[in-house]
Amino acid sequence: MIKAILIFNNHGKPRLSKFYEHYSEDTEQQIIRETFHLVSKRDENVCNFLEGGILIGGSDNKLIYRHYATLYFVFCVDSSESELGILDLIQVFVETLDKCFENVCELDLIFHVDKVHYILGEMVMGGMVLETNMNEIITQVDSQNKMEKSEYPATAQGFIPTWLLFKAGQPDAQKVSVLLVLLEPLLVLYQQ
Amino acid sequence: MALKIVKGSIDRMFDKNLQDLVRGIRNHKEDEAKYISTCIDEIKQELKQDNIAVKANAVCKLTYLQMLGYDVSWAAFNIVEVMSSSKFTFKRIGYLAASQCFHEGTDVIMLTTNQIRKDLSSPNQYDTGVALTGLSCFVTPDLARDLANDIMTLMSHTKPYIRKKAVLIMYKVFLKYPESLRPAFPRLKEKLEDPDPGVQSAAVNVICELARRNPKNYLSLAPLFFKLMTSSTNNWVLIKIIKLFGALTPLEPRLGKKLIEPLTNLIHSTSAMSLLYECVNTVIAVLISLSSGMPNHSASIQLCVQKLRILIEDSDQNCEPSVNACMKYLGLLAMSKILKTHPKSVQSHKDLILQCLDDKDESIRLRALDLLYGMVSKKNLMEIVKKLMLHVDKAEGTTYRDELLTKIIDICSQSNYQYITNFEWYISILVELTRLEGTRHGHLIASQMLDVAIRVKAIRGFAVAQMATLLDNAHLLTGNTQRNGICEVLYAAAWICGEFSEHLEDPKQTLEAMLRPKVATLPGHIQAVYVQNAAKLFATVLRSQESTPDTTAAQETSQLMIDRLPLFVQSANLEVQERASCILQLVKYIQKLQQKEVEVAEEVTALFAGELNPVAPKAQKKVPIPDGLDLDAWINEPPSESESEDEKPKAVFAKEEPKHTRSRHSEVDEKELARRREARKQEQANNPFYIKASPSSQKVYQDTPGVEHIPVVQIDLSVPLKVPGMPLSDQYLKMEEDRRQKEKDEKKKKEKKRKREKRARGRHVDSGPESEEDITPAHHVDIVTEEMPENALPSDEDEKDPNDPHKALDIDLDKPLTDSEKLPTRTHRSADVLKSPGGDGDGVSITGEPKKKTRKEKKEKKKAKDKERTRSAEDKKTKKKHKHDPEEEEANIHEVVTLVKADETQSTEPLPPSVSAGASDLDFWLTSDAAPSAIQEAVAATNTEMPTDADLGEVKDMEPEETKSKHKKKKLKKEKEEMEKKKKKKRHHHHRSDRGEAESVQNGTMEEDDEEPLPPMSNYCLLAENAYVKMVYDIQGNLQDGSQVVVSIIFQNMSSSFLKSMEFNVLDSLNSKLQRPEGATPHDGLTVPFQLPPGVSNEARFVFSVQSIVMPQKLKGTLTFIVKSDDSSTHEKLDFKLHFTCTSYLITTPCYSDAYAKLLESGELKSSSLKLEGVTMPFHHLLARICFHHHFSVVERIDSCASMYSRSIQGHHVCLLVKTAAETVSIDAKCDELMLLENVLEEIKQTFSQS
Repeated sequence: MIKAILIFNNHGKPRLSKFYEHYSEDTEQQIIRETFHLVSKRDENVCNFLEGGILIGGSDNKLIYRHYATLYFVFCVDSSESELGILDLIQVFVETLDKCFENVCELDLIFHVDKVHYILGEMVMGGMVLETNMNEIITQVDSQNKMEKSEYPATAQGFIPTWLLFKAGQPDAQKVSVLLVLLEPLLVLYQQ
Repeated sequence: MALKIVKGSIDRMFDKNLQDLVRGIRNHKEDEAKYISTCIDEIKQELKQDNIAVKANAVCKLTYLQMLGYDVSWAAFNIVEVMSSSKFTFKRIGYLAASQCFHEGTDVIMLTTNQIRKDLSSPNQYDTGVALTGLSCFVTPDLARDLANDIMTLMSHTKPYIRKKAVLIMYKVFLKYPESLRPAFPRLKEKLEDPDPGVQSAAVNVICELARRNPKNYLSLAPLFFKLMTSSTNNWVLIKIIKLFGALTPLEPRLGKKLIEPLTNLIHSTSAMSLLYECVNTVIAVLISLSSGMPNHSASIQLCVQKLRILIEDSDQNCEPSVNACMKYLGLLAMSKILKTHPKSVQSHKDLILQCLDDKDESIRLRALDLLYGMVSKKNLMEIVKKLMLHVDKAEGTTYRDELLTKIIDICSQSNYQYITNFEWYISILVELTRLEGTRHGHLIASQMLDVAIRVKAIRGFAVAQMATLLDNAHLLTGNTQRNGICEVLYAAAWICGEFSEHLEDPKQTLEAMLRPKVATLPGHIQAVYVQNAAKLFATVLRSQESTPDTTAAQETSQLMIDRLPLFVQSANLEVQERASCILQLVKYIQKLQQKEVEVAEEVTALFAGELNPVAPKAQKKVPIPDGLDLDAWINEPPSESESEDEKPKAVFAKEEPKHTRSRHSEVDEKELARRREARKQEQANNPFYIKASPSSQKVYQDTPGVEHIPVVQIDLSVPLKVPGMPLSDQYLKMEEDRRQKEKDEKKKKEKKRKREKRARGRHVDSGPESEEDITPAHHVDIVTEEMPENALPSDEDEKDPNDPHKALDIDLDKPLTDSEKLPTRTHRSADVLKSPGGDGDGVSITGEPKKKTRKEKKEKKKAKDKERTRSAEDKKTKKKHKHDPEEEEANIHEVVTLVKADETQSTEPLPPSVSAGASDLDFWLTSDAAPSAIQEAVAATNTEMPTDADLGEVKDMEPEETKSKHKKKKLKKEKEEMEKKKKKKRHHHHRSDRGEAESVQNGTMEEDDEEPLPPMSNYCLLAENAYVKMVYDIQGNLQDGSQVVVSIIFQNMSSSFLKSMEFNVLDSLNSKLQRPEGATPHDGLTVPFQLPPGVSNEARFVFSVQSIVMPQKLKGTLTFIVKSDDSSTHEKLDFKLHFTCTSYLITTPCYSDAYAKLLESGELKSSSLKLEGVTMPFHHLLARICFHHHFSVVERIDSCASMYSRSIQGHHVCLLVKTAAETVSIDAKCDELMLLENVLEEIKQTFSQS
C-alpha cells in the first residue's frame, strides 16, 4: 500500500499532497515538513530509499523519493510494495506529467494542482497502484478532458475553468470571451 | 429577476479562479495568512450562490487551500452539493475535494450514499470512475456496507476501466466491512483471469494485499498464481505475485520446491532490476522455508549471497549513482533476511558490511547496522562496538545516533549476552553512552544496566561503583534542565546502588549524593526510586557505623535523613510524597531508639533483606489458569454500583514501582513483618503456581544448581574505578586483547607441544586462525535467566495488535458461503444481482424457497449452491484435474437432488466437505512433481477419452473411481433436464409465495416490527433459453440521459461445454436502437465481453437509446455463440424478444410530501385509475411490490392509504394514490402523459394478476 504521495519543491513548499490515510490538516503539514527535512538534507548521489519518519507509519514504512530539478516526488509506502517498482512508478508519473503538460515544470504543478490530482488518480487509487501503462493513463486523462470540453465549449457558458485550456489559451483572451458570454442575458433583456 | 441574474453573472466574472488564487498567494508573500483569510471569506460568499459553477470554483480553491494546511471541513456540505452536480466537470471537482478532506468523522458522508450509488450506475464510465476514485479515499463502514453490492456488480462491468477500479476498491470495502469478503471473493478470484491485463493486475494487487496479512487463507490460490506467474509478462503483476509467494512459502515448504525453478528462470531472463530483486528475495524466502541443512540448498543460499554481494559492491558506470546506491541498499536488505536463518553464509562477507558502515548514505549505514547483529562473535564484539562508538561520536543527526545506540545494545545483549566476555567493559560502554546528549533511549540504557547488574552477579561490585560515580556526577546528566530521556539512567543507578549497597565503598557519600536538593528537579518516578533507595542505603550505613564504637556517626546519618527528606515530603508527586513521609517517620523512630542507645541496624536491614530475581516480561500472563478457577466470578457479592469509583489507584503504583513490591510493608511492625514473611514463604513453598526462586534456566546453564549457590567470583580490579567521565571501554578493549594474546600464547605453547607430539606421529596440523571456542570469558560469569512460571503456556499470541484492521479479515475463504452471508443489497435490485453473476448455477430460478421445506433441506441446498459458486471460478482449473471429478460430480448431483427434492433416497448421500476438496486440490498440485505441462497433457488425454467412455456406458478397465464419475455425469444430465422443468414450475409457485417486501426500510413502510420478513424478489425475467445458454434480463432507466435505458443480461452457460465468441444483436426499431460503438452499422452485433466456462454465468450490460417512452414495445434479437466442447466446436444461435415495458422507463426517485402536494395541485397532470380485486396480501407487501417491480417510492403512508411517486427518464411525473379496503385495492394515478400512465397501470395490474 502507498500511504501518501507528496510533491514539494526545494524549499519544502507543498505542490501536491495526497494522503491515503486520514490525518488532521496540522499533522499533514507536519508530515510534509518532516519528510522535507529528511529528504532535503540527503546528497544527490545517495540511495532513494529512506526509513519513514516518526509521524507517518512506523518501522514498516519507507520513503521512496526522486528529485527532479526543483521538485521532490516522495512516495511513502509499506513493505508490500517493491522499492524499485515504486521508483519506476515515480518515473512513469513524471513522464506522464511531462506528456500532459508538454515539458512539465514546477509552474504547471503550482497552477494546475487539480489537474495533477486527476492524472495521479488514474495511476494510484486509494493507495493501490491502478495503472502503470503510461499510454493508458494518458488516454483516460485525455478523454476525460475531452468530456469536460464538450460540457464546456469555451463560448457556451459563463464560467471557464482555465486549466481546461492549460498551456493553450491566453488568460486575457479568455476573460474577453467570458465577458461576452456574461453579457448575453443583458442582450436578451434588451431585446425583450 | 433577469437583472439579478445578470448582476450575479457580472459579479462572478470577478471571482477568482484557482489560478488567480495561486497567483494572489504568490504576490502576497508578506501577509499570506491575511490574504488567504480574505480569500476564504470570498469563497464563503461564493458558496452561498445558487450557481453550481460558482460553487465548484469555490470548492476547487478550497481543495488547494486544504493542501496548504487550512481546515476546510466547514464546507463539507457544499462539497457534497458539487459532487451531485450532473456535469462531469463539477462532479470531478467535488469528488476530488471530498477525497482530500472527507474522513470517517465527516458526518455529511451519510448524505452521499445515494448520490454515489447513482454515479456508480451511471452509463458514463467516467462518472463511475470518478466516484470510485473518490470513494476509495473516504469509504466508511456504512458506505462500504451499503455500496458493497453495487461495487461488486461493477466488477463485471463491460468496460475494463470500471472493472479495474471496482476490483481495486473492493480492498477498501473489505477493510471497512469484513463481512463482504466471503461473498465477494469468488468474483474477485474470477478477475484474476480477466482478459484485460489492467483488471488482472488490480485483482492480483488486492489479493496480494489481503494475503500479506493472513497468508494461510490464500494458500489454496497458489496453483492459480503459479499459472499467472508462468504466463504473465506484466512486471508489476509478476512482482506482486512473487512477493505473495514469498509470504506463502513459509506456510507450505512444498510450494517452495515448485517455485525454485521458475524463479531461477526469471532471474536469468528478466532485464528489469526490480523483478530480479524480488525473485532473489523470494528465492531466499523459499530456501529459508525449506529445511536447512540439505547440502544442495545451502549451495543455493551461497549463490544468492554471491548475487547480492555483486549488487552491493558493483557500481554500474552507466547508471546514476543514486541507482547504484539503491542497489546497495536493497542488497543489504536482502542479506539481512538471509542472516536470520543462515548467519554463517553472511558472516563471510563481513568485510563488505563493515565497509558499508562507513558509507556516506545514512540509509545504507542503517541497513549495514541491521546486519551487524549477526556479524558479531565473541572475538570481534569489542572491536565492532568500538567502531560503532566512534560513529556515535561523529553522528550529527539524533535519529541515526539513537539507532546506533539501540543497535549497540541489541548487539551486546543478544541471546543472553552470549558474546560478551567482559562485563566490566560492557558496563563502561553503557556508562559512556549516558554521555549522549538528547537521546530518546535513556530508559533502554537504564534497563540494560539493571538487567546486567541483576543477572550477572559477578559484576555487581563493579557496577555499583560505576553507578555511584554516575550518581555523584548526576549534574552532568541533568545539566541542561530536563533533557528528557537520559536522566532515566539515574533511575537505574539509584536502584543498583541501593539494592546492592553492600558493594559500595563509601555508602555515606552516595547517600548524600542521593539526597541532594537538586534531585527534586528530576521526574517523579525517579525521585521515588531515589527516596526508596536512600532508605536502603541508610540501612547499610547504619550497619557499618554501628559496628564501630562511635555512636555519633550513626546519629549524624539519621539526622542527615531527617534534614533532607522533608524536601521530598513536599513533592507534588504522590508516590514520592508517600514514600518520603513513610521513611521520614521510620527514621524519626529510629533516631529515638538511637538516642536510647538501642542497636537498630539489624532490624532496619531486615526491612530490605531478600534477593530479587528477574522475571520475564510476559511471565505473569503465561501462568495458566488452574482448573475450576473462574477469574470473572465474583469473590464477594457485587457491591452496589455507586461504590465502584475507588478502584483506580492500583494502576498508579503498579506503573511507577515495578520492582519494589517488597517495600509496601516497610511501615509494618518488625515482628509482624517477620511473621508474615515466614508465612508467605510457607505458602509459596506449597503453592505450585508461585514463581519459585530456582529458575527454569537450569536446563540451559546446567552447572548452576540454583541462584543461591552461584559461586560469586572475586573480580580482580586492575583498573581504577573512579575515573569520572573518561572512556573506560578502550582500556578494557586493550586489556582484553592483551589477555587473549596471553591466552593464545599459552595455547600456542601447548599447541606446539602437541604438534611436536603429533609430528612425531607424522601428521601436520596447522593451528589456523583463532576460532570462537578458543576465547574464554575474562571472568567466570553466571547469568541468571529470566524466570517463567513452570507450566507456562508456550503460545505467544500477544504480539498481535488488537486494533489492526486486518485482523478482522482473517477469514476462511474456502468454507462454503452460508445463507446469512449475503451482502446487504438495495432491495429492488434484489439478491439475484449478487447471486447470479457470481457464477451460481441456478441463481435466478431459486429466488426464494417455498416455506414448506424443512430447515435442513434448505441448509443443504444453500451449501451445495454456495459450493458451486465458490468453485465455479476454478472450473477451468479443476477441469484439468480430472482425478477430482468424482467429488465435484457428487456435489453437482447433490445439488440437483436437493433442488428436485423429490428423490428422497439420494438426498442422504453425504455432501463432501468442500474445504477438504479445496485442500486436496492444493495437495495434488503440490505433490505432482511433474512439470505443469506434463499434467496438462495427461489431462488432455483423459479428456479426449471421456465422451466415448461415457457413451459406452460401462468400461471396466477404467479406474473404478472414474467410471463412477462418468456414470454420475450421465445421470446428472438427465436430472438436469428434469430439474429445468421443475424449476419452471417452481418459479410460478414462487411468485405467489414471494411477496416481496423490499424497499421497506428506505421508504419507511416497515414501521411495525411484527411485519413478517419477506424472501427477496427479482426483477430479472427470462429472456430466452436453449440447451446451451439461458439469458435473463432486467431493464433500468438512466437518469443522466433521458433517452437511454440499460439492459442488464445475465448469460448462464447451461451446457457442459465452453461458450465463446458470443455476439449479441438486436433488430433496431425506429423508436429504440442498440447503442453500438462508433463506426458500426445497425446490423453489427456487440461482442459479449466474456466467455463462459460450463455452469458459469456472467452479466453484461447493453445501452439502448429510445425516443418515445409512452408505449411498451418489443425488440427482436439474436445471440450467436460458439460451443466449444472437447473435440468439436459448433456455431449456435438463440433468438429472443426484448420486452421494454413502460415500467422500465421509470426511475425510483424520492419525493418529499410538500413537493408532492404542489405537484398534484399544479393541475397539469392527467388522471386515470385502476381497481384490483381479490388482493389478499398485506398492504405493506403490496406497496413493496409496486416499489420494487415498478420503480416507485412511497411518499407518505397513512394506515391503508399511501401516496407513491416515480419519474420517467424523460422527466414525466407519475403519482399514485393507493387505497385498500377488504381485498380491493384502488389506485388513483396522475401523470403528465396519459398514455404512459395507462400503460404503467396496465403493467401493475398484470403484476398482481400473476400472483
